[in-house]
Amino acid sequence: MAFAGKLFTRASLGSYICRTRGLTANRVHRRHVVSCIDPSLGLTDEQKEFQKVAFDFAANEMAPHMAEWDEKEMFPVDTMRKAAQLGFGGIYVQPETGGSGLSRLDTSIIFEALSTGCVSTTAYISIHNMCAWMIDTFGSEEQRHRYCPQLCSMEKFASYCLTEPGSGSDAASLLTTAKRDGDHYVLNGSKAFISGAGDTDVYVVMCRTGEKGAKGISCLVVEKGTPGLGFGKKERKVGWNSQPTRAVIFEDCAVPVANRLGEEGQGFTIAMKGLNGGRINIASCSLGAAHASVLLARDHLKVRKQFGEPLSNSQFLQFKLAEMATRLVASRLMVRQAALALQEERQDAVTLCSMAKLFATDECFAICNQSLQMHGGYGYLKDYAVQQFVRDIRVHQILEGTNEVMRMIVSRNLLQE
Amino acid sequence: MAGRVLVGVKRVIDYAVKIRVKPDKTGVVTDGVKHSMNPFCEIAVEEAVRLREKKLMKEVIAVSCGPQQCQETIRTALAMGADRGIHVEVSGKDYENLGPLQVSKIMAALAKKEEASLVIVGKQAIDGDCNQTGQMTAALLDWPQGTFASEVSVDGDGLKVEREIDGGLESVRIKMPAVVTADLRLNEPRYATLPNIMKAKKKKIASVKPADLGVELTSRLEILAVEDPPQRQSGVKVESVQDLVTKLRDSGTL
Repeated sequence: MAFAGKLFTRASLGSYICRTRGLTANRVHRRHVVSCIDPSLGLTDEQKEFQKVAFDFAANEMAPHMAEWDEKEMFPVDTMRKAAQLGFGGIYVQPETGGSGLSRLDTSIIFEALSTGCVSTTAYISIHNMCAWMIDTFGSEEQRHRYCPQLCSMEKFASYCLTEPGSGSDAASLLTTAKRDGDHYVLNGSKAFISGAGDTDVYVVMCRTGEKGAKGISCLVVEKGTPGLGFGKKERKVGWNSQPTRAVIFEDCAVPVANRLGEEGQGFTIAMKGLNGGRINIASCSLGAAHASVLLARDHLKVRKQFGEPLSNSQFLQFKLAEMATRLVASRLMVRQAALALQEERQDAVTLCSMAKLFATDECFAICNQSLQMHGGYGYLKDYAVQQFVRDIRVHQILEGTNEVMRMIVSRNLLQE
Repeated sequence: MAGRVLVGVKRVIDYAVKIRVKPDKTGVVTDGVKHSMNPFCEIAVEEAVRLREKKLMKEVIAVSCGPQQCQETIRTALAMGADRGIHVEVSGKDYENLGPLQVSKIMAALAKKEEASLVIVGKQAIDGDCNQTGQMTAALLDWPQGTFASEVSVDGDGLKVEREIDGGLESVRIKMPAVVTADLRLNEPRYATLPNIMKAKKKKIASVKPADLGVELTSRLEILAVEDPPQRQSGVKVESVQDLVTKLRDSGTL
C-alpha cells in the first residue's frame, strides 16, 4: 500500500474504566443497545461484525471529537485515514483496485454506525466513496489503477463536482464547458457547494463537451494543482463543518483526454448512477444521527425530573418517544430495502433509492428535532450533542438531489405507466 | 522456536449494558441482552496475533466454551487475526455451572491435544471476575505462569513477563510451554479490518464436546442467590470537626 501508516489500534478499554472516564452526563455512550431499535437486528453475522467495527470506531475515534471538529471547522484527515486503514475508504470499490468489495447494504450499515460518531465526517467519507466507485466502475483499467488505490487508502481525497451557481436541481443544464483541443479538454466555468473542495486532491467533474442537455455532458477527473483550477472562499455553514465547502473555478483549465471517465456524453449517466448510491449513503447517515438522538432523548427523559417525577413518566413523552422509534425503524427498513434493490440491480432500484432518501432524511430530521425539544433548554446548548445532529442532518434533505427532486423521480415513475 | 498459541475467549454481557438481576435471584438477565468478547480476552487475542506477526509463534488458535452463540465470539477473534477456532460445546445446566475449574480442565486438555507452547487468556472475565482460569490451567498442566502481564517478550526458549502487582511491576522469566494472563495495559486491541472480517468467514471453527477431551464438568459450587448490591445510603452533613469525631466514635468506627 502506498500510504504507510503505523498499525492502527483502538483507544484503551476496560469495562468499568471506560464507563467512568471521560463521559459527561450529556454525551451518552452510544454503544447502549435498546432492543426494538437495535440496528443489528436481522443482519448476518458478518454484517454484525462490520457494524461492530464501525460502531467501535465511531465511539472511540469520532464521537469524542465531533464537537471540536464542528466548532473549529477541522477536516479530520488523520481520523479519516485511520478509517481507511480499516477498509472504509472504498467500501464498495473492487478489491483488485484497493477497495473492500462489499455490498450496498453492507455500506449502508457501516455509514449508519459511523454516523453516530460524527455525521459530517461520515457524510464526507461517503462522498469520497462515491467518487472512488465512479472511477472504479466507469474508468478504464489504467484510470482505475491510477486513482482507486490511493483513494481507497485515503492517501488522496476526492470531491464530486456537479452543482453550479446556475444549476442545482436542474443539473442537466450545467454550463461548465470542456472544449476539445488536441489531447486536452479546456475547462471554463465554476461549480458551487463542493464538499471538500480546496482540501481534496481528485475532482470528479461533470462538464459540457457536446450539445445542450444531459446528452452533452461528460465526466472528467481533474487533479489538484492543475493550472487553471481554483477555489472560492470557504463557506460558513449551519452544519457539516468538519468538511470544507467551496466553489471550484475553472479558468482555461487544461485536462488530459485520458482523464475522461467513459465516453463523451456519458457523464450525466455516470453522475446519476453515482448519486443512487450516494442517496442511500446520505440517508444512512441520517439514520445514524436519528438513532443516536433517540438514545440521547431516552436517557434524558429518565434523568430529568419535573413536577416531582422523571419526564419518562409523562405519557405524552412516552408516546412521542415511541413515535420516534417507530419512524426510525421504518426509515431504516426503507433505506436497507433500497440498498438491496440497488445491489441486485432491480428495475425499481432508482425509484426506491429516491423514496428512501426522501423518507429517511425527512423522518430522521424530525426525530432529531424532537429529541432536541425533549431536552428542553439544554437541547439548545452546544454542550449537548443533539443540536449538532439536528444541524448536521438538516442539509441531507437538500443535497444529492433535493427531496423535491426525489418526488419528481417517484411521480415520473408512477405516471409513465 | 515458533509454536502454537492457544487463546481462550469468553462471551460475556457487553460492558456497556446495564445489568439486571433476575427476579428469582438465580442470576442476571442474559436473554436478549447484548453480548460481546470479554475485554481482557480481546487483549489476549491481540497479544497472540502480535506474537505470530513477529514470527515468534506460528499459529493462533481461539477457543471458547459454551453454547452455539460462542461461535460469534470466536469469529471476532478470527477477524482480529487468529488462524482457526475451536468451539467446545457446553449448554444448558452444564453451561450455567461452568466455572474456572471446568474451563481450565478443558484448556489444559486442548493445550496438550494441540501441542501448544503458550496459552494466553484474559486475567479475568467481567462477569465472574474470578481471576482463576489462567492460574488453574497452569497448575493442571504443571506449566509456569506469568499472570497480570503488562508486557510479554520472548527470551531464548522462555518468556520474559512484566507483571503488574500491588507493589508495582515485577519481571519474571518463565520457561515455555507456559500460561500467560493478559492485563489491561498489555496492548491496545486492534480494530478488525473489513478485509479481515471477510477472510474470517473462511477460517475453520472445529466443534468438540468436553467428553471428547475426557473432561468432566460437574461443579462443586452451588450458587445460592444473586442480589443487587445494597442501595447506597445518604450521608449526613456535620457542622464541625468535633461533631464528626463524636459521630465516628458513636458508630464504633473510632
